[in-house]
Amino acid sequence: MPNLEHPAYPAADLLHLESLVPCRESQVSLLLSIFGERQHFSFPSIFIYGHTSSGKTYVMQTLLTTLQLPHVFVNCVEYFTSRLLLEEILLQLQSSSGTEQSSAVQCDTFNDFVRLFKQASPELRDQTLYIVLDRAEQLREMEANILPAFLRLQELTDRNVTVVLLSEIVWELFRPNAGCFEPFTMYFPDYSIGHLQKILSQNHPPEYSADFYAAYINILLGVFYMVCRDLKELRHLAALNFSKYCEPVVRGEANERDTRKLWKNIEPHLKKAMQTVYLREISSSQWERLQQDGGEPGQLKGLSAHTHVELPYYSKFLLIAAYLASYNPVRTDKRFFLKHHGKIRKTNFMKKHEKTSNHLLGPKPFPLDRLLAILYSIVDNRVAPTANIFSQITSLVTLQLLSMVGQNDQLDGPRYKCTVSLDFIRAVAR
Amino acid sequence: QQIQENLNKQLLDNLVSFLIRSHSEFQEKTTEWTCRMKFREIPTAALVLGVNVTDHDLTFRGVSDALQDNITPYIALLEAKDCPGIKNLMQKLMGQLMNCDVDVDSLEDENCVQVSQNRTRCSMSSLISWYENATKKTDSETPSRKRNSSSRHWQSPPVVVIFKDMESFTTKVLQDFIVISSQHIHELPLVLIFGIATSPMIIHRLLPHSVSSLLCIELFQSLSCKEHLSTIIDKLLLTSQFPFKLGEKVLQVLINIFLYHDFSVQNFIKGFQLCIVEHFYSQPLSVLCCHLVDVKKRINSLSHDQCENIRRLPSFRRYVEKQVSEKQIALLTNDNFLKEETERLLEDLHVYHENYVSVLRCLHVFTSSLPKYPLGKQIRELHCACLENRVWETEEYESFLQLARMLNKTDLVTMLQQCVEILMSSSGKEFDKTVEKLKEFLTQFQNLEAEACQEQDVSVSSQKELQKKTDLYHLQKTLLELKESRRSKKLTKFEMLRFEVVDSIDSLVRQYLVPADARALHEVVYFNAATVLRGHLNAAPRTALHTALNNPHWYLKNKALKCDGGGISNKAPDICIVYKLHLECGRLINLVDWLEAFSTVVMAAEEPNADAASSDQVDDIIHARFIRAVSELELLGFIKPSKQKTDHVARLTWGGC
Repeated sequence: MPNLEHPAYPAADLLHLESLVPCRESQVSLLLSIFGERQHFSFPSIFIYGHTSSGKTYVMQTLLTTLQLPHVFVNCVEYFTSRLLLEEILLQLQSSSGTEQSSAVQCDTFNDFVRLFKQASPELRDQTLYIVLDRAEQLREMEANILPAFLRLQELTDRNVTVVLLSEIVWELFRPNAGCFEPFTMYFPDYSIGHLQKILSQNHPPEYSADFYAAYINILLGVFYMVCRDLKELRHLAALNFSKYCEPVVRGEANERDTRKLWKNIEPHLKKAMQTVYLREISSSQWERLQQDGGEPGQLKGLSAHTHVELPYYSKFLLIAAYLASYNPVRTDKRFFLKHHGKIRKTNFMKKHEKTSNHLLGPKPFPLDRLLAILYSIVDNRVAPTANIFSQITSLVTLQLLSMVGQNDQLDGPRYKCTVSLDFIRAVAR
Repeated sequence: QQIQENLNKQLLDNLVSFLIRSHSEFQEKTTEWTCRMKFREIPTAALVLGVNVTDHDLTFRGVSDALQDNITPYIALLEAKDCPGIKNLMQKLMGQLMNCDVDVDSLEDENCVQVSQNRTRCSMSSLISWYENATKKTDSETPSRKRNSSSRHWQSPPVVVIFKDMESFTTKVLQDFIVISSQHIHELPLVLIFGIATSPMIIHRLLPHSVSSLLCIELFQSLSCKEHLSTIIDKLLLTSQFPFKLGEKVLQVLINIFLYHDFSVQNFIKGFQLCIVEHFYSQPLSVLCCHLVDVKKRINSLSHDQCENIRRLPSFRRYVEKQVSEKQIALLTNDNFLKEETERLLEDLHVYHENYVSVLRCLHVFTSSLPKYPLGKQIRELHCACLENRVWETEEYESFLQLARMLNKTDLVTMLQQCVEILMSSSGKEFDKTVEKLKEFLTQFQNLEAEACQEQDVSVSSQKELQKKTDLYHLQKTLLELKESRRSKKLTKFEMLRFEVVDSIDSLVRQYLVPADARALHEVVYFNAATVLRGHLNAAPRTALHTALNNPHWYLKNKALKCDGGGISNKAPDICIVYKLHLECGRLINLVDWLEAFSTVVMAAEEPNADAASSDQVDDIIHARFIRAVSELELLGFIKPSKQKTDHVARLTWGGC
């Protein structure tokens, strides 16, 4: 791809921009040609989509700031109601135009927004204003008029404004039923491994040479590219493990070119990191501490190591009973629970035949009475239906081990569902 | 009843200090984190607290207090039920943070706070601006007053957000909140604390990877509630400081509720408090249940009636019967003599407790390390066993002795040392002798060791001799001799000693671990009404309702209602009649049939002559009474109108199908 060229902007700025956004030159030049010169009216709305961390937000932000285009940048997750969103846009507009008015902006509807918007931006008439809405998929959950109105904001306000929507999902999922103005859609493809290599190598620490860091990135990508292509995550991992990579160099055992030796040193370490840090089993700070101590991560138990849950005696039986009730059909109850008393072993055994089909179907709801009946039959000694037992059922629901199904009418024979897995029940039943 | 209040207070103090201690480690970690926020990760603590949800409240209060004292004034506690949406969450968060700001510098800020509360705009940016204001204020405004506090908090104290019950939050709210706050982590140092009841896997289940990668989670496991319970029991029951004691059955009930039902230490303590109240309320002699210092004063102020009460105590009677006849008479007639005797007995009881506890601990040292735990792993089980009856008469004790006779030397020595420490630390005076004895054992063991060394030297030398000899037969013979002699000599000595040790422990147990029932005046300090307690704590609503409706005499105490067995009396309240009738029906109840049955029951006794007149036409009044009773049942949730058949109602009660 040739260098970015555009008559409207100075070449130095463009060069700088190009160095900042590697591997995205084609998209940037396309955007620039759409934007046109500052005073030109541009496309009313642009829709940019691409997978996670394909540089959408970053490219937009650097493009707008380096070329000093007037813009407003809003994240739709953060401003979760339409009112907050609109007010935030107006606030940013005010502060960018430098007119410090009364800080409290009241803007409840889009109609207000259009009016206030017109008031706020009289002096921007000669330049295109860009409103960037990051994570625009949230817009769909706001009032129905917000999205179509943003798409034709230029027409509504009669100002030189362009709305840019950034999202991770395709435009087809946005299109409202009533139809709307079609934006210009644009796709940001995923970075390839070469791109990732280039981008990651770009920000090498100052004390080491770029080649050295590039070699490190090469090794890192070799290990992690199979499981993770997320640029942010990779960058995080690179920063975490770099000190370990440098260790032989610092100790003087190897020089910077001795890649083979370095690779031997780092490879098992990276594999370990893949099992722990990447899955967030242990936190990055713990990982760093481990590196300093040089200890084994075996001593530090990860999150999933603590799967065992301590439950009171009757809660265990309640949970087992609930599990049996939701995976066994009602007609087998008589066969399993009626005759003998301490028959729980046998029931588990006999259940094997039907298990496959029932487990594929998922848990079925069951009434409270059935749960209690099964409980009485699997507990050896007598259990009085005390308030404690009932409150335990509710506390199991709050722990999300059971879930309540159906109507919220408590008197109407509540129905429950068991939400835990077979492994969990096995652990409890032991 | 001052003691009781004191006791409660002490109890809670104990608990809180305990909690704070268990989380002190955690605080240090938080301080570390805030220094190292390089990436866009939010430092997060996942507190795994176990399933005893009722205790969590106290824990979180303890945590937030501790944090407030040491690290940051900005703490918000969020509960899932307050935050159904992200909007509510933000509002709640803002409200709590701004309020605690007021708490910290409650100067002239009232107007400013009002402004902030009036402003309904709850977003992260306003939170950030508030935070900047607040920290700036603490930095600049009042150096004189803030100096001490700013030494405790630092320049920019982190904002701690505690999610009390992680499981109940909806995923979307949490995800949104985390994404938002991760974008502002540089402007607003946020620390999240998740309270997790089940297992940390819930984090992965609730949050997708893209969100959880924004967190820097570190896991903290709070003490398991069983351990918590044992510390509480250790501190409350197994000390001689608290005069009040629990009887065996009561303790069993409390522990059973704990283990079988809720794992809630809080409930255990509530039950304990209930025991205290019940004891002081029901036992007239509980006045004497106080610290030893006050006993004398209180005994002197006893009235004649109270003395009679003492005489009526079964344990006291047993005691009196054992005395000589003159003393018996004196005890039964002379109040002053009785008082002196009581004082002495109470002192005895106190000494007994002191000895009991330390000997119990010694015994626990032995039992807890034996295989299969013949007398229970925890000290509480041992305690129960000792309270129940004479422990040395049980089979488990026999097996314990047998096992103890097979211990190896190093274990035995360490146990003995532990015992010596326990006995030394106890305040009882009678232990001097036993301590000496145990120490003697220890020195003997050491001697044994020395002897063994010598013997080894001998054997080494003899081996040297052996090398000189060349004859194979001789060599074999001497080797065999050597082996035998070594075994018989040394092991017999050691075994003898071991037997002696076990015997002395046995005698200790027999002397001091007498069950408390055998002591005179044990009723004063022991609470033994287990059935009352069970009735209070183990509520059985279904049973209670059933008795009330099935047998109204039980509650109403009206003679006329007393019925014998299965028959349905017509004097019972209408609702009882209706209830009894409906017990006979199936899942769906025909209203007309029910009404017929009702009217026959009601009419049966009242006017046997008039039923001919109104046989086919049911009386309007009876009709009305029936309808009222049925609607009362509906209100109680026993029946509901069914849609399957119009003139039927569906039965919801137990056993309906």
